[in-house]
Amino acid sequence: MTDTMTGAGMPALFSAKAYSAAVEWIARRAEALVIPLAALIVGMALFSLFIVLVGKSPILLYETMWRGGFGSWFSVQNSLSRAAPLLLAALCVALPARLGLVVIGGEGAIVLGGVAAAAAGTALSGGPSSIVILAMGVAGMAAGGIWIGAVGALRHYRAVNETISSLLMAYIAIALMNQLVEGPLRDPASLNKPSTQPLADIYRIGNIPGMDVHWGLVVGVVACILSWLLIEKTRWGFAARIAGGNVRAAQVQGLAVGPLIVGFTALAGGFAGLAGMLEVAAVQGSANASLSAGYGYTGILVAFLARHNPLAIIPFAILLGGIDASGGLIQRRMDLPDATVVVLQGMIFIVILFSETLYGRFKAFNPDLWKRPDLVKGAA
Amino acid sequence: MDATEIGLWGVPLAVLGGAIRVSTPFIFVSLGEAITERSGRINLGLEGTLVFGAMTAYAVAVMTGSPWLGLIAAAFAGLCFGLFHGWICRFPKVNDIAVGIALMLFGSGLAFFFGKPFIKPKAPNLPAIPFGGWSDIPQVQAALDVNVLFLIGAVLSVILWWAFRNTRAGLIVRVVGDSSDAARAMGLNPDTVRLLATGVGGALAGIGGAYLSLYYPGSWTERISSGQGLMAVALVIFARWNPLGCFAAALLFGGAGALGPALQSVGVTQGYYMFYAAPYILTLIIMIATSSPTRTLAGAPGELSITK
Repeated sequence: MTDTMTGAGMPALFSAKAYSAAVEWIARRAEALVIPLAALIVGMALFSLFIVLVGKSPILLYETMWRGGFGSWFSVQNSLSRAAPLLLAALCVALPARLGLVVIGGEGAIVLGGVAAAAAGTALSGGPSSIVILAMGVAGMAAGGIWIGAVGALRHYRAVNETISSLLMAYIAIALMNQLVEGPLRDPASLNKPSTQPLADIYRIGNIPGMDVHWGLVVGVVACILSWLLIEKTRWGFAARIAGGNVRAAQVQGLAVGPLIVGFTALAGGFAGLAGMLEVAAVQGSANASLSAGYGYTGILVAFLARHNPLAIIPFAILLGGIDASGGLIQRRMDLPDATVVVLQGMIFIVILFSETLYGRFKAFNPDLWKRPDLVKGAA
Repeated sequence: MDATEIGLWGVPLAVLGGAIRVSTPFIFVSLGEAITERSGRINLGLEGTLVFGAMTAYAVAVMTGSPWLGLIAAAFAGLCFGLFHGWICRFPKVNDIAVGIALMLFGSGLAFFFGKPFIKPKAPNLPAIPFGGWSDIPQVQAALDVNVLFLIGAVLSVILWWAFRNTRAGLIVRVVGDSSDAARAMGLNPDTVRLLATGVGGALAGIGGAYLSLYYPGSWTERISSGQGLMAVALVIFARWNPLGCFAAALLFGGAGALGPALQSVGVTQGYYMFYAAPYILTLIIMIATSSPTRTLAGAPGELSITK
């Protein structure tokens, strides 16, 4: 859409109705695009200030960040590899959020999904690779799904606050993983770093052809697209959006809110569990303490940046994957602590949440004004 | 109290001793959160405040040699975090729970960023003093004995319990927490009251953090808190927003936290990790047992988002 397409100069190709519909479409989405991007930029600007205050150059920092995250084919592949679990971890926040639930314990589902997948892989060792990999995926999703589904069930049937319970359960999950990996599931050969039995090569998930990025990225993108379809195009998604807006209204309408909440949280946990399975099958080769790498927590930020829209999760997961990937380079080149990227993430997070207050405040984003330019003059 | 010499009796003794030692940060964070939640807001960011308070206290104590300056600095840092939370939540449509999560991330990140130079190697389970002030001056170490902060916490919980019922400030906080409209009708500005309540809550959480790094476990590491701030928030719900209940619940949680090390000291190594997870499991069980889908919790502030 260009500026020349206003008023009478409009090409005959578009009817006036189609034109106004198009403008409305853009105006509705422009707000959802411009505000998060502006918040992202403001967050980065504030972080620049912070970097100046600690006596380093923000220009060098962002240059290093770009180089470490996206500057070369190598770093792009590194970022995409990190984006894969972030996509799934963010869905673990975004899906319950559409129902009005703030679930922040995805890390627990990732960890348990990884352990369950490793256990399934060990138990079925010797079977055909496609079936074993499938079983590992199912085991990972089941473990994560039960874990976060329980959070949803506790929320609905016992009114237990889901934010606190999910984070407590993440700590319990990590303890459970340590217990299992150092106890019954431990490979006696793993001395320094207790791990489960390493998976045979045929049960490992390989790379996308032509890239040094494992198939988990494709799985994550597909999961995001399917989640979007679920929320926007199915009756369950419609029901979830109603329940997320007003639980009482949904119940009055006869919607089965309980199964809806349990189903959505279980699916969300299933995605996080799948992220754990991918970490085991594609990256680590066995389940160990490295499973708790913080993807579950970064996923919270990705979901909030995307405002819980599964399609918007894709670009933000790649961006955060890039920021994550550049952490090591920033540490080495600039002599800054590895927590530097966490500070940046925290600042962006705060600004993003603050930006919620800006929605609906700008006339420029009002589609009614764009459809009827004469109203702008009249209203002013 | 040598657990190995008195056999299994060492377990309850160590749990009791541990309850007093481990509970102190829970007392301060939960009292702080009780003030904040009584005003109608929830600050989940106290986990981050606790970690940042621990780092600030440790760093200031290293640099000045005085743990008390460290304590004051931690309280001040906590106050700043609390005021920031309170300020940002004044704006319409800003979600206090989500801001808390962000501050949890931000506080921990900032603490790790500035705390890097203050991580020194230190043997676990030894009250060895790693640096400056409080290794050279034994009186200082004795002054920061568990009993002092623990007793302050105990006295504070009684004072707060009394103040909520009998003082003007206590009444103001409760009115704002129960109904913004009623508060406005009385000529009070709910946002300002909540700002101050969140600030005070943050300062108390900062003191809890100072206890962690300056007394028990007594060193600064990135894993120093591991969810204690969050458990304290859950504990406030369990304690029904009553400061005396917070104190009792903190003791219970401290005991649960001491269970793992106590069992380990008598040679029980089975289920080591799960005993360390006991406080989390206990918190979860208590939350499940005390929540109800059909009735509002007794004593819950009417404006609190988590119980609505």
